[in-house]
Amino acid sequence: MAELPPTHGPASRAAALATAYISHRHGSPGHGWVLRDVRRARREDIDGIGHKYHLEFVLEDIFEKDSTVNCTAEVLYHLGNEKSAPDVQFTIEGELENTDEAHNAFYNRIQSLKKELEAENIPDSYGNVPPEMQPIRALAWAASGYVIWQNSTENTKYQLAQIKHVKQVKRTDEYLEFDYVILLHENVSQEIIPWQMTVLWHPQHGIEVTQNSCQPKHALD
Amino acid sequence: MLLFLGMAFSLGILIPGKFSLKLQYDGDQVLHIVPETLQQVQHLQHLCSTLLLDLWKPLLPEDIRAGEDLHIRVPAPLVQEVKDSLDQHTISYKILIHDVQELVDQSTPETSSQKQIPESYSYTQYHPMEEIYTWMAQIQKNNSELVTQHYLGETVENRTIYYLQISQPSDKTKKIIWMDCGIHAREWISPAFCQWFVKEILQNYESDPKIRKFLQNIDLYILPVLNIDGYIYSWETARLWRKNRSPHMNGTCYGTDLNRNFNSSWGTLGVSYNCSSEIFCGTGPESEPETRAVVQLIERKKSDILCYLTIHSYGQYILTPYGSTTEPPSNNEELMRVAQTAAAALTEKYGTSYEVGPTSLILYSNSGSSRDWARMIGIPFSYTFELRDKGTYGFVLPADQIQPTCEETMLAVTAIIDYVDQKYFPGGATMLTSGSLGLSLCLTAVLTLIVT
Repeated sequence: MAELPPTHGPASRAAALATAYISHRHGSPGHGWVLRDVRRARREDIDGIGHKYHLEFVLEDIFEKDSTVNCTAEVLYHLGNEKSAPDVQFTIEGELENTDEAHNAFYNRIQSLKKELEAENIPDSYGNVPPEMQPIRALAWAASGYVIWQNSTENTKYQLAQIKHVKQVKRTDEYLEFDYVILLHENVSQEIIPWQMTVLWHPQHGIEVTQNSCQPKHALD
Repeated sequence: MLLFLGMAFSLGILIPGKFSLKLQYDGDQVLHIVPETLQQVQHLQHLCSTLLLDLWKPLLPEDIRAGEDLHIRVPAPLVQEVKDSLDQHTISYKILIHDVQELVDQSTPETSSQKQIPESYSYTQYHPMEEIYTWMAQIQKNNSELVTQHYLGETVENRTIYYLQISQPSDKTKKIIWMDCGIHAREWISPAFCQWFVKEILQNYESDPKIRKFLQNIDLYILPVLNIDGYIYSWETARLWRKNRSPHMNGTCYGTDLNRNFNSSWGTLGVSYNCSSEIFCGTGPESEPETRAVVQLIERKKSDILCYLTIHSYGQYILTPYGSTTEPPSNNEELMRVAQTAAAALTEKYGTSYEVGPTSLILYSNSGSSRDWARMIGIPFSYTFELRDKGTYGFVLPADQIQPTCEETMLAVTAIIDYVDQKYFPGGATMLTSGSLGLSLCLTAVLTLIVT
């Protein structure tokens, strides 16, 4: 097991992946997390299996800069098989804030809309997010965590850059469904990758990405 | 003795430069030229068409003739450049009108409020390129003792690239600190910082002895937007565009990553040879006019340049050389130490944490960066700043973060400037090391004199 400087590339990429995974597992219309700092990183090279990173890091709430949470995680990148998502195990220190009330308010608001919700460019070119779109953004953040986790390797670092387009799909059951086209920024290649995701959400049942696919670059034009 | 008294009680009163966005002819000059040869005629025609100069006589460039009068109105920001060009081609000229606006004012009938109400430029908003061009001209106009606007070169789409030189008038030859912003189009906070930086230096010049101290021996060269075409494209067409706008493959693919285009192990690591990639390194080192514009100036002045700074976003890093190799530069320890000091100064303001280290270790390998190139040609201090944030907004940083980002970054950049100044110009008058220290020493001196 080798100790890595916490600032080094591979450590911060593994921590970013863990962050995406945590956002996917715990994200909601009220929360989203971005990696603030890596405190400690160690790497274990397991023969025939892959590289396992042991991490201690700090997350910051994207809606409230001063709200942070300490985490640990183990991230295993499988050797040779870049098609299979890395394994992530994590712990969160303390309790995450309960946002049930906000969830219910959002849920009721969307259910009572006469027309399906539809929006573009969140945040807009100037970084603005209308307050009523914040939960939509948080949902995308959590759902993109899933996409990022599924598509990451030791040499990639993904971040949700923008929601290009979102459209609600009306359902007959209790779930809310949103069809997103998001833009992912990959930090090593510097590419902006459009990605389609279909996201289901229910206050009691959490988030599910039922469908997702990478889009061609000209999907942006 | 009286000098001490005077210095003790003189307090700089600062009058920030305000300016108007309205068109005026302040400082425009009309030149009278009689071209002598066909070559001179051709050069003048070229000058008029490329700079879009206002021909008063004749009306069209094709009517310019050797031996006949030529009158051209040259806009104020281009006056120096045009005169330099005429001198270079040994074309003699006379100034027919020294200031067109003065003449206009004289001939305009008096109205009740002749003065234009100046509108303040907002440094806490993002500005499109047109406004930045106007801002540069106004900054020079309102601070002409300290600031001159200079021609650097042209972009792929033939837009003029300007930089601002902040220089305290003096007989001395000065050393130089260079800072460029906007190499990557989508990183809007970067040009915003360059503008903020210029504003802060000029606003605080009178009142801040530290600024006056380093400007004694150091000139600041600030390039607010290098990748102008890309920046405009990110405003008008694609917010997340990164590269310049050079056409490839018969116009089916656009853009070279300017920060992979410099001649620092060009084309070796962390690049693509494919135009459709965001890190396409171009058809060769310095293939892009924007790259060449920077290279030409810095090459020419490199023996005087102490520090090269290039501003990017996002990530919150101060990056040291190299990206193209893990082999550290000879002054790595010092580079790291100074960067750590700068990062610590930055964090003090709002608690924003920055990481410090070589690109090849902190991020990933990449070749052809401007920062690597600057260090390789011998500029001792060379840093890349990656400003806020860490991904919450990324490139689309909200405008309400411009001010805090710029304020904290200012502390880091001035920490580096101060270090460079102390290192190469140690000592200096005790008066100027700190306002209050200087003042108390003065007063002590005055009291001593009065008592004795």
